[in-house]
Amino acid sequence: MPGFGAWTWVFYIFLYLPLVILVVFSFNAGRSATVWSGFSLDWYARAFGNESIQRATVNSLIVAFSAMTAATVLALLAALALMRGRRFRGGTVFRVTLLAPLMIPEIVTAVATLTFFSALGMQLGLFNVFIAHTVFCIPFAYLPIAARLSNLDESLECAARDLYAGAWRAFRRVTLPLAMPGIAAGAMLAFIISLDDFVITLMVADAGSTTLPVYIFGMVRMGTSPEINAVSTALLAVTTVIIVFHYYLSNSAKNRP
Amino acid sequence: MIELQDISKSFGADVVALKHVSFTVAENEFFTLLGPSGCGKTTLLRIIAGFEFTDSGDVLLDGGDIAQLPPEKRPVNTVFQNYALFPHMNVLQNVAFGMEMRGIERVEAADSARRMLSQVMLDDFAERFPAQLSGGQQQRVALARALINRPRVLLLDEPLSALDFKLRKTMRIELKRLQRDTGITFIFVTHDQEEALALSDRIAVMRDGEVRQIGAPMDVYEKPADRFVADFIGETNFLAGRVEAGGGDGTGDGAGDSTGGDSSRVNSLRVTLGDGSTVTARSQNANAADLRGAVTLAIRPERVALSAAATPGGVAGAIDEVVYQGNTTRYQITLQSGDRIAALETNAAAATAQFAAGDRVGARFEPQSLWVLQE
Repeated sequence: MPGFGAWTWVFYIFLYLPLVILVVFSFNAGRSATVWSGFSLDWYARAFGNESIQRATVNSLIVAFSAMTAATVLALLAALALMRGRRFRGGTVFRVTLLAPLMIPEIVTAVATLTFFSALGMQLGLFNVFIAHTVFCIPFAYLPIAARLSNLDESLECAARDLYAGAWRAFRRVTLPLAMPGIAAGAMLAFIISLDDFVITLMVADAGSTTLPVYIFGMVRMGTSPEINAVSTALLAVTTVIIVFHYYLSNSAKNRP
Repeated sequence: MIELQDISKSFGADVVALKHVSFTVAENEFFTLLGPSGCGKTTLLRIIAGFEFTDSGDVLLDGGDIAQLPPEKRPVNTVFQNYALFPHMNVLQNVAFGMEMRGIERVEAADSARRMLSQVMLDDFAERFPAQLSGGQQQRVALARALINRPRVLLLDEPLSALDFKLRKTMRIELKRLQRDTGITFIFVTHDQEEALALSDRIAVMRDGEVRQIGAPMDVYEKPADRFVADFIGETNFLAGRVEAGGGDGTGDGAGDSTGGDSSRVNSLRVTLGDGSTVTARSQNANAADLRGAVTLAIRPERVALSAAATPGGVAGAIDEVVYQGNTTRYQITLQSGDRIAALETNAAAATAQFAAGDRVGARFEPQSLWVLQE
């Protein structure tokens, strides 16, 4: 249909032009975020030298790695139980409730989590953030793992058992390696989701456990500066690399038997 | 050697998969479970392999009950319908997997795997991955992967069904050769009666979770126990008849019948057809002499002899259709009794068709091959 081509361009411009501007002006020599005055890496140097940014980055990475690991392990166990084990009563309810957090408004989860933690009197700093992140990362890790497992021929595990492998060794030698692309994809998704999370972290994190997105938000409130552009560009770069990996993995997962 | 005693199995409340199945398979036997899909043959195989557990009944292997053992504890291996080769391992790793799991050293397992691969003529494929093999090659890898463990019993779940027609015929011969060479007991599941007849020492014909007949291929074909077996294996004509009082005389008479000395359990009967003509038929029923009333007769198309209408001893009928098939000619006939039957004549010598559509003929049924079926 005529006209749609133009709309597509409008869509892409609104989506990507701001990002392009953000990235370009992170290399600006001057202080302005709108007037170009020459190329420089000064803002990167300043951003990486900023101790608060360093602390926030370390916090983000600690939370993202640990939440990714915990969420992926739990998601794998859930996927094995739901996709592989004998059907059990309430299996469908379990599946639906497992994925519901994807649809629940994040602000609601955030407020609920905050209230819950303070009701318990739990003030463990970064550990609180880790728990909150693990919980909302589970459905993201679960989806690719479950998709991969449902495409795996169950008779492969039977064959391994038939060939004298006990249940554990059949899992380790056959099911696990074959599920690996799904597991890796799920882990990467969980990592990104955790790394980029803002709303829940803002609520749950106390002063000492600020993550990068929350810190960036704080900086923006004091006015924009190319330093913010530099940090944001770095975060964008990390995310992009992981997305590309994730895409590559889920593609190869589809193409393998 | 392997003995199934009164096996029953249901799935859920209303799906009965197996009803009181019992049989014994001998050492070094090629035993086939034959039946239409849903007859319970695959469930039976999975019970022997250990993937399913019975509701009741025992599975004895060399006298010991294995019904409660997990699959990895049973000296039994399976060739799966879709082969179930491990896609992330190469052919050699696939074949060596069982030995490795039994704790045999890697080097030794690899050596045995190579020897096994040459036995199935796949020497040059050791480093390939399953996805790089043709269907026939995958099939042979699956066989090698199971046989290398020298199981007491090899279970084969419709292993030829995924292959094309020509390859299926070649693999049949190879299966039979492997079974002879290895001396391993095979339990083979198929819905293909031709495959079952060609390969088996004995066949168990199954339907709706029950074994309807067990016997050598010739027995199952020549002496079908019931209408289902007669119909499922090969092609069979069915005729309605009546046994009058005194029809059974234990020896048979008339029509040049000779009951021969093949079995004392086989009885001859005089059966009256719908048009009043009588034929001599046989029954496996020990009490056939007491049989009265309506019965069904079965005869194979190739056992029907056609002659010109006037010949005495024949049942009168007319030819509806003639189909020339090269080595055979097939006639569709409506008998005077109203029964419609097929007759198959072998074209052993060069000849023109003997009969044409519309011809009146006499159909003679070889008494050895005309069976009174138990319903």
